Amino acid sequence: MTTNGTASAASAPEDAGNDYLEMDLLRFTTAGSVDDGKSTLIGRLLYDTKSIFQDQMEAVEEASRTRGMTDDDDVPNLALLTDGLRAEREQGITIDVAYRYFATPKRKFIIADTPGHVQYTRNMVTGASTADLAVILIDASRGVQTQSKRHGFIAALLGIPHLVICVNKMDLVDYSEEVFEDIMDEYTDFAAKLDAKDLTFIPVSALRGDNVVDRSPNMTWYEGSTLLHHLETVNVAADKNLRDFRFPVQTVIRPNQQFRGFAGTVASGVVRPGDEVMALPAGTKSTVKEVTTFQGDLNEARAGEAVVVTLADEIDVSRGDMLVRTGNTPTVGTSIEAMMCWMSEEPLAKDRHYLLRHTTREVKAFVDDIRYRVDVDTLHREQVENLELNDIGRVLVSTASPLFFDRYSLNKETGAFVLIDPYSNTTVAAGMIRGEGQDADKVAAEAQRLSMGERPQSENVVWEGLNIPREEREAKQTHKAAAVWFTGLSGSGKTTVAREVERQLFERGIKTMLLDGDQVRHGLCGDLGFSQSDRSENIRRVGEVARLFFESGAVTFCTFVSPYRDNRDWVRHLFPEDRFFEVFVDVDLETARERDPKGLYAKVDAGEIDNFTGVDAPYEAPENPEITLQTAGLSVEESAAEVIRQLEEAGIVPAA
Amino acid sequence: MATVETTYRDSHLRALEAEAIYVMREVAAQFERPVLLFSGGKDSIVMTHLARKAFHPGKIPFPLLHVDTGHNFEETITFRDWLVEELGVRLEVASVQDAIDKGRVVEETGPEASRNGLQIVPLLDAIQEHQFDAAFGGGRRDEEKARAKERFFSHRDRFGQWDPKNQRPELWSLYNGHKNVGEHFRVFPLSNWTEMDVWQYIALEDIAIPSLYFAHEREVFTRRGTILAKTDFITLLPGEELRTQTVRFRTIGDATCTGAVDSQASTLPEIIQEVAAARETERGGRHDDKRSEAAMEDRKKQGYF
Repeated sequence: MTTNGTASAASAPEDAGNDYLEMDLLRFTTAGSVDDGKSTLIGRLLYDTKSIFQDQMEAVEEASRTRGMTDDDDVPNLALLTDGLRAEREQGITIDVAYRYFATPKRKFIIADTPGHVQYTRNMVTGASTADLAVILIDASRGVQTQSKRHGFIAALLGIPHLVICVNKMDLVDYSEEVFEDIMDEYTDFAAKLDAKDLTFIPVSALRGDNVVDRSPNMTWYEGSTLLHHLETVNVAADKNLRDFRFPVQTVIRPNQQFRGFAGTVASGVVRPGDEVMALPAGTKSTVKEVTTFQGDLNEARAGEAVVVTLADEIDVSRGDMLVRTGNTPTVGTSIEAMMCWMSEEPLAKDRHYLLRHTTREVKAFVDDIRYRVDVDTLHREQVENLELNDIGRVLVSTASPLFFDRYSLNKETGAFVLIDPYSNTTVAAGMIRGEGQDADKVAAEAQRLSMGERPQSENVVWEGLNIPREEREAKQTHKAAAVWFTGLSGSGKTTVAREVERQLFERGIKTMLLDGDQVRHGLCGDLGFSQSDRSENIRRVGEVARLFFESGAVTFCTFVSPYRDNRDWVRHLFPEDRFFEVFVDVDLETARERDPKGLYAKVDAGEIDNFTGVDAPYEAPENPEITLQTAGLSVEESAAEVIRQLEEAGIVPAA
Repeated sequence: MATVETTYRDSHLRALEAEAIYVMREVAAQFERPVLLFSGGKDSIVMTHLARKAFHPGKIPFPLLHVDTGHNFEETITFRDWLVEELGVRLEVASVQDAIDKGRVVEETGPEASRNGLQIVPLLDAIQEHQFDAAFGGGRRDEEKARAKERFFSHRDRFGQWDPKNQRPELWSLYNGHKNVGEHFRVFPLSNWTEMDVWQYIALEDIAIPSLYFAHEREVFTRRGTILAKTDFITLLPGEELRTQTVRFRTIGDATCTGAVDSQASTLPEIIQEVAAARETERGGRHDDKRSEAAMEDRKKQGYF
């Protein structure tokens, strides 16, 4: 200790029994009512992990006695531990989100404890917004209730990746395995509609302590984890988006003329010195000079880290702007489709403006249209004029200046927003972006397009975190990676030309791969037919496979009829702008029919095949293909030469 | 500059640190005249450390405000002045003694008189006088039931009051600092920290703290189960006897009501072990919380920290 009344750490933290340095953090939410035994469950977790201090326990015992709320066999009422404000104590219910803390040697836990009734939907949404995991309670004696479904819906809406269904009060059903399994089956069916990724079911009795912290001797048939063990071991690190670098600037730090740093927390992705970045909205490009902190410069910063970034060039960047990678940008726009939860007593008004806060940016906004409201209990969509307190609906929002956003399902940080009433200053709504604003017809058509899956609509995604990044592979080869997508009618010559191109490049030592429609139909896509949705899924899978070959450094050829423009554009979005080549193999139907290399047109004419592209199913020709081949007037060699010439010109392969 | 090791980057302490820094930067960006309420206790010391990190290599862009009850441990003031010098920040002092002298508040009388409740008026006066629009507090949600529902950005009306029934929803990391003229915010960057987290972080970051936190010999007596230090500001009741004991403080506040604990923990690792084994909450040592079950909620409504 020093003489001025201060003392610093007497010894280095290494000596401090430093297990805690290896602990990570899990934030989870609980939803449920007093009836489900939610407060008892949390009380049990705190009690059995010895997270309750003696004075708190004494206070609860005292309160249990004076209010006569003790359980039958004199267990103190654990629910009282988590019961906060006076109004709630008087009514005996939880009415706001309350945060609780406990830790084990493995993890620190933050519980966002929320009430479960429909009139507290906004509280559940709030609690769910920061959670990695949701604990949903089902009372075993009452089975799956509307409320348990609502909780699942909200958890899925808020993009919580892990759901744990605690089937509670097992003591009331004689610890019956059958009851547990029936509930599990029913809820699994329901959850299939929700796009819930990771479902875990645990039979517990919070009151008796079965399977909460300690394994239950009453349910030997159950072989899974206890609740606590599951919470301690569930992998949440993988949930972070480390692909798409997004850095919303919070404030500019400028202590002197020499230093100009942009302070913020990396919303997603990774940033390293030397990365080429772009500042939005200006679109100005520069290079990251340093990623710095109080402790010194970092060689990289990942999602969730608070840092200061400096750039090599003096470009104009201020609060509310966003730094992104040049090859991987969010959508920039003033019109968004979103799911929104209304949180104010005063209903949504379409004729007045709100302030929309998104990342570190705040803009004026109007809600132009309410597409529908979701009944949170039946999941039915209803046409409504208005959103009121606790309503959840799909809306179209326009903003006065552009937002830089991603879909919430891909990136919570850049997909979430709140609305603020500029008169009362309160937060009135929470929104989750679904995509760019669309006209009403498109929204109706969306259901169909969903057959493509809720996959990246973000442009030109750069994959990060690969063991060997593509750039490194490319540096060791003589050529770059690319995807060359041949589209055209059956019999147009796609495969013939692509095979020739591949052969010639292969002879030159270029790493290549060719994916052909017939091949994948036998294996990868053997389960698919030829309906529009199956065709879409076929193309989606091929796109993803092509992407893998691309990342391995190959020039990848794909030959697919791929009649729908939307599908092809979707594949295009998987690749950097200058690495995707759409080759339109243009031939008229008559020529193709004449060639008929596989005898397919003959079968169509014989009525053996329906839905044949060009005959009784549409072909949407590319609008701006990189390469067009009029194969009616060209030989195979000439066509191949044209494709190779274009690849050389684009710098993908060296000139022969 | 050296490239730092990134060993502990995924730990809970780094996550809490990043969250607090984010909150501090939001305040600096959203408000015109923020201030950091500095009590001299470990939580406010940790806040100054986080503020230093948040704005590095710039200086901390707001002053500290100490609400001085006049009933301080000497070590607290020595430490405060040293830290202010070290950080190069401005210090404002709101004095309870001044408020008493001006007749703004009336001092409690009797042997159990405490100035803790009297801090509210000088605090609100200082906020008004300096037109502070956001005041950082070291409050943590784990400290007390009423705090479990507190927001990071906690709105206070023109009378400095908190309305627990009318709090703004707070989602993701989107903090709403909009307010009318004359209103202000209390902001709690350490909301999600526990006492253990604070101690672990102090050890991890090697943060200097006042010697009161480490076990030392002191003249003390026991009042209603709380070990209080002998000071010039406290009168013994009949039956209370002074003794010399090795104690340390788990919180540092007004010397008349901050309880000590019997402890031999004289290093941070020992303190961490002691906290891990503790059977009483930190505030359990605060004499003033025992007055009623809803004591904290009442004081918060009035504008307490």
